[in-house]
Amino acid sequence: MDIRLPDAPPTVDERLAVDACLGAPVSAWDGGARGSKRDAHSSVVGGRETRAQRHRLLPALQALQSRIGWISEGGLGYVCARLGVPPADAWGVATFYAMLATSPRPRRVLHVCDDIACRVRGARELCASLERAAGRPLSLLSPGHELLLDDAGAAWIHAPCLGLCDRAPAALLTVAGSRPEERLVGGLTVDRAMALLRGAKADADAAATPAVSQQSGPDVQPAASLRLLRRVGKVDPQRLEAYRAADGYMALVRALEIGAEGVIHEMNVSKLVGRGGAAFPTGRKWEAVRTQTRTPHYFVCNADESEPGTFKDRVLLTEDPFAIVEAMTIAAFATGCEKGFVYVRAEYPLAAARLELAIDAARGAGLLGHRILNAELSFDIEIRRGAGAYICGEETALFESIEGRRGEPRSKPPFPVSKGLFGMPTVVNNVETLANVLPIVLNGGAAFARTGTEQSTGTRLFCLSGCVRAPGLYEVPMGMSLRSVLELAGGVRAGHVLRALLLGGAAGAFVRPDELDLRLTHEDTRAAGLSLGSGVIMAFDETVDLHDIVLRIAAFFRDESCGQCVPCRVGTVRQEEALHRIASGRTRGGMAAELGLLADLGASMKDGSICGLGQTAYSAVESAVQRLGLYASRSGVSA
Amino acid sequence: MFGAGGGTSSYREVEETDVVFLWGSNAREAHPIWFHHLLKGVHNGAKLYVVDPRRTSSAQWADRWLGLNVGSDIALSNAMARAIITAGLQREDFIGHATTGFDAYRESVEPYTLDVGERLTGVPAEMIREAAHTFATADKAMICWTLGITEHHDAVDNVLALINLCLLTGHVGRWGCGCNPLRGQNNVQGGGDMGAIPNRLPGFQEILDPGVRARFEGRWGVNLQPTHGRNLTEMLHAMEHHEMHSLFVIGENPAQSDADGTRVTRILAGLDHLVVQEIALTRTAQLAHVVLPAAASWCEAEGTVTNSERRVQRCHKAVEPPEGARDELWIIAEIARRLGHDWGAPTAEEVWNEFRSVAPDFAGGMSYARLDSLQGIQWPCPDESHAGTEFLHGRLWEVPRGGTAAPFSVVTHEGPVETTDGDYPLLLTTGRRLESYNTGVQTGGYDSPLHRGESLDLSPEDADRLGIAEGEPVEVVSRRGTVQAPAHIDRTLRAGLVFMTLHFPDDVATNVLTIDVSDPKSGTAEFKACAVRVERVHAMPSLAVR
Repeated sequence: MDIRLPDAPPTVDERLAVDACLGAPVSAWDGGARGSKRDAHSSVVGGRETRAQRHRLLPALQALQSRIGWISEGGLGYVCARLGVPPADAWGVATFYAMLATSPRPRRVLHVCDDIACRVRGARELCASLERAAGRPLSLLSPGHELLLDDAGAAWIHAPCLGLCDRAPAALLTVAGSRPEERLVGGLTVDRAMALLRGAKADADAAATPAVSQQSGPDVQPAASLRLLRRVGKVDPQRLEAYRAADGYMALVRALEIGAEGVIHEMNVSKLVGRGGAAFPTGRKWEAVRTQTRTPHYFVCNADESEPGTFKDRVLLTEDPFAIVEAMTIAAFATGCEKGFVYVRAEYPLAAARLELAIDAARGAGLLGHRILNAELSFDIEIRRGAGAYICGEETALFESIEGRRGEPRSKPPFPVSKGLFGMPTVVNNVETLANVLPIVLNGGAAFARTGTEQSTGTRLFCLSGCVRAPGLYEVPMGMSLRSVLELAGGVRAGHVLRALLLGGAAGAFVRPDELDLRLTHEDTRAAGLSLGSGVIMAFDETVDLHDIVLRIAAFFRDESCGQCVPCRVGTVRQEEALHRIASGRTRGGMAAELGLLADLGASMKDGSICGLGQTAYSAVESAVQRLGLYASRSGVSA
Repeated sequence: MFGAGGGTSSYREVEETDVVFLWGSNAREAHPIWFHHLLKGVHNGAKLYVVDPRRTSSAQWADRWLGLNVGSDIALSNAMARAIITAGLQREDFIGHATTGFDAYRESVEPYTLDVGERLTGVPAEMIREAAHTFATADKAMICWTLGITEHHDAVDNVLALINLCLLTGHVGRWGCGCNPLRGQNNVQGGGDMGAIPNRLPGFQEILDPGVRARFEGRWGVNLQPTHGRNLTEMLHAMEHHEMHSLFVIGENPAQSDADGTRVTRILAGLDHLVVQEIALTRTAQLAHVVLPAAASWCEAEGTVTNSERRVQRCHKAVEPPEGARDELWIIAEIARRLGHDWGAPTAEEVWNEFRSVAPDFAGGMSYARLDSLQGIQWPCPDESHAGTEFLHGRLWEVPRGGTAAPFSVVTHEGPVETTDGDYPLLLTTGRRLESYNTGVQTGGYDSPLHRGESLDLSPEDADRLGIAEGEPVEVVSRRGTVQAPAHIDRTLRAGLVFMTLHFPDDVATNVLTIDVSDPKSGTAEFKACAVRVERVHAMPSLAVR
C-alpha cells in the first residue's frame, strides 16, 4: 500500500521495542537501513504478505507502550513502516485503547480503580487523598496534565474495574522499560500508593494468592464436590506434572477416545450454556463450527473479563491455567480448529504470564502443536493481550482487536460460527465455560447435568464483592438461592443493613433485599427480569450512596462506548447527564420528565445499538428506578 | 498487437485474474480509475508484480517490485523467457498450435541467463526467476504497461518483448489473460480506431492494401496515397529540414509535451503556417498564426470515446461551449468547405455511421442506439446481433486455429541511447503525478492540495552526496539544456536515479532536458532516459527556463 509516513524517526529504544515484537525488518522498504543493492532494485514487502501482518499492529503498539511508556509519532511511524499500515489508521487504533498513551507519560504509572466495588471500599476517598499527596491524575483527554513526582518519573490515573474486587480498593502498577513491570495491587492505601509511585517494588501480584473463599458455611456441600475450583489453591499452577497428577489431560485422552462427534454429543447432553453472559448452548455453537466447510476454523477464548465486579476468569487463568489449555485443545479437536487465541485483558498480567507458561509447557510436552498425543490433532494457542477496552469483551469487537483494528463490534449476522476471526468460522468461549468442558468430557454430559436444575445444569462461579464479610469467588450448584450464596460470603458486615445487590455487573440489574429468595438459575432470573450475566453479586449496605453507584455505572458506559453507533454514543452521554441533573436536584421539567427521558434513551439504546454494550447500558439504571425506586423519594412519584 | 492496436482484455478480467504484471506503469497515479479495477483484483487474491525503476506508489501495493535499470526491459523480459524455457514451463501446445518463430526466439534469449539478466537490469537473479515462474505457472496472468515501455527509442521492441512472454506461456486469447497497454487519456484508443494515425485507415485497416484503399476511395470519391504518412517525430524532422511548411495541430501541445522542447519550439516558430485548434491558449497555440477555439469534446459536443478495454462509449453534450468556441466537427467541415469540398453539416452520428460503413468488421454493429442501451460496446463488433468482444485473440485457441499464427519476435537489449558519464552522472527519468495531467493544460488551472509544483526528485543518497537539502533550488543540466527546480528528496528513488514530471512546463520545462531520439517504428521519443547532472544554486531561485 502506498502510505505517507511521518517525518519523525523512531528512537533506538523504540526501534528495539518494535523489532523485539515483529522481528528485524527485511529491507529498507519496511523500515530497515537503506543502501543495499538488493533493496535498490527489488522489494518483497508492501503486498499481500505485508497486509496479512496487520493483526500484529496491536502487539507492536503494546511493545512500544510497555518499553517506552507511551507511543510517539516516531514510534508509531516505525510500526506503520513495518506493517504497511497508514499512520492515520494506526493512530485510530492507538487512541482507541485506554492503556495505550499517545502523549508523553512517565514510565511508572499507578492505575487506581475507582469503579463500583472499589468505591464501596473507599476508593473515592483514597483518590482524593492521593490527589492531595501526588497531584492530579493523568487524563486521557487532555495531554496538559500536571505531573508531580517528577524525579521518580511517576504518575497516577483513574482506572475502570481491574477485576480485583475481592481485594478492593485495587490498583494496577505499570512500569515501562526494557524489563517492564505490571502488577495488580490489592488493599491499596494512600501510603502504599505513594510508596509505589516513589518507586517501591510492588509486592507479589495481589492476584497470586488465590482469592477463592471456599465454601465454608454450614449449609454448603463439601469442598470435595467442587468442579471448577477443585485445583485452585491446591495444585501448583506453574507445573505441568502437578496438573497431570491432579487428573490433568485425562479429559483430552477421553475426548480422543470418543471422537469429535462424541465430544459434541456429551456437550449437548450436558446442556452447558456459555458463562460469559449470553448463555448460548455451547454444544450447539461447537456443532455449528464443526460443520462449516470453509477453513481454517479458529478458536478464541474470551478472557477479556471486564464486566465490573467480575474476577472469576482471572482466578481460573491464574490458578488453573492448564485446565484452560486442555479444554481449548478438546474444543479445537471437536470443532476442527488448528489455531487458537486467548484474548486476556490488559489488567491481568499474572494470568497472562501463568497462561503463557502453561502453553509453553504443554507445547514442550507435545500437548500442543503437531499431532498431539499422536492423534490426528494439530492445535496451537497464541495469547493476545487487550489494551484497556471493555468493549473488546464483545466477541466481534474482540475479533477486530485481534485483527489489529479498533475494537468496534460488527453487525450480526453473520455470526462468528460462520464468519468470525479473519472472516473464518470461529468458536468463541468464555474461560469459565471452558473450565466446564473437562468434567463433561471426563464424566459424561449426563453426570454433569445431574447437578443444578433441569434447565440450568452444573455449577456456577459467583464473584461476591462490595459490603460482604468475605468477598471472593464461590462455586455453587445452579439453583441455589441468592440468600444462600450471600450467606456463604458471610452476609453484610456486622451492624449493617443490606440495601441492594447488583446482579450481573454494570450490564446487570439491582435487586432489593426482599428478593433474596431468588433462585440463581437462568430460568428463574429470566422470569424475574434479571440475568446471571457474568456471575457478579455485589452487595451494598446503608453506608453506600446508591445514587453515586448508579452515576458511576452511567459514566462507565459513557466512557466505554466505542462510539461507532449513534444510539449508544449519544445515549450513554445523555443518560449520564440526566442522572447528574437528578443528583444535583436541577432537573429539567421535573423528576417525572427526567425519568421519562431516561426510559426513552434506554429504549433507543436497547433497540438501536449494534452490540450488547448499548443494549444493556440502561439496564442497571432502569432497575435502580423500577426495582429499587431510588428516585421515587426525591420525586414523590412511585416508579 | 498482432495488427490492431488495442488492449486484449476487459477491466473485469483484471479483477478476476491470478497474476498481474504492471510493467513500466505507475497506474496508481497515472491511471487511477483503472487502478481501482486492479485493486479489486488484488483484493480478490491476484498477485501483483510491478516492474519500474522507481518504487512508485503502484509498486508499494505490489507483492514483488522489480526495480530494473531504466531501459533494460528487454533484458528482463528475455531473461524471464529463458528462465521459463529452462524450467520447461512454456506452453508447448499453444506455441505449436498458434505461433511461429519460437525456435529463433528460444535461440535469441539463450544468452540472457539469470546472471546476465541481473547484470543488465540490476534486479536480483532470484527475483527474476521467481517472477518468471510465477508468471508461467499462473492459470491466468496478464501484462499491463504504459509509457515506461513505450517512451523509449526501442519502444516497439519493448512491446514485442512483453508479447513474447504472453505467447510463450499461452497467456493470451483466454479469459483473464492478455497484453494491455493502458491508455493515458479517455480517447487515445479512439483516435487510433478512427484512423488518426499515420499508417492506418479507420478500423486499423492497412493503407498499403489496394483492396482497402479502393473501398475508401469509392466511399470518399478521392484518391488515397499508397504510402504511410509521417509520425510526429518524422514531421518535426521534415519541418526542421524545410520539407514541411505548414502544420494543423488539433488538441496537442508539442511545444511543451515533446522531448527537447527548445528545438520543437524553434521548429514550430519557423513554420510558414501554423494552425492550432484548442480549448485553451497553450504554449503551442501562442506560436500559431491562426488559433481555432474549439468546444471541449467531452462535455460540449456529441461523439464517442474508446477506453483501454476497447469499449466505445457515447459522449453527450452537457453544456454549451463558451462564446466563440466551435464544435470540432463544424470546424473541420468548414475548413473542408473552404478548401473546396462541401461535406454539408454532418452530425457526430452521421460521421460515426460512415465509419461503421467503411470498417464494418470492426464497428458495424455499434449504432448509437446500441451504444446507449448497452452502455458502450467493446470492439470488434461486426453486426447488430454481436455483443462486442470481451477479450481478443480467442481465435488462437480455436481448433483449427482461426486466422494467421501469432509471431514471436526476436528482440535484443540495447539500453538507453544516452548513458551516464562523469559530466552527466545521473539518469533522469520522467513521469506523472496523480493530481496533474500531462502538460497541465487541463489541470494546471485548478487548485489541488496535492499540487506542489515541479521538483527534481532525487534519492537521499544523492542529496547527501551533493549536499542538497529538501526544497533547495537546484540546476538540472543535460547535454541539451538547463532548468531550475526545487529539490525533493524521495526515498523511492535509488542513488543515481532522478525524476521529474512534465506537468508544469511554464515553470520548469523538463523537456528542455530530454533527448530527442525516438523509435523509428513508433515515433515515440525516449522521454524515460537522459543523462543529467544536478548542481546547487546559491542565488535565489528564479524557477525560469534559461
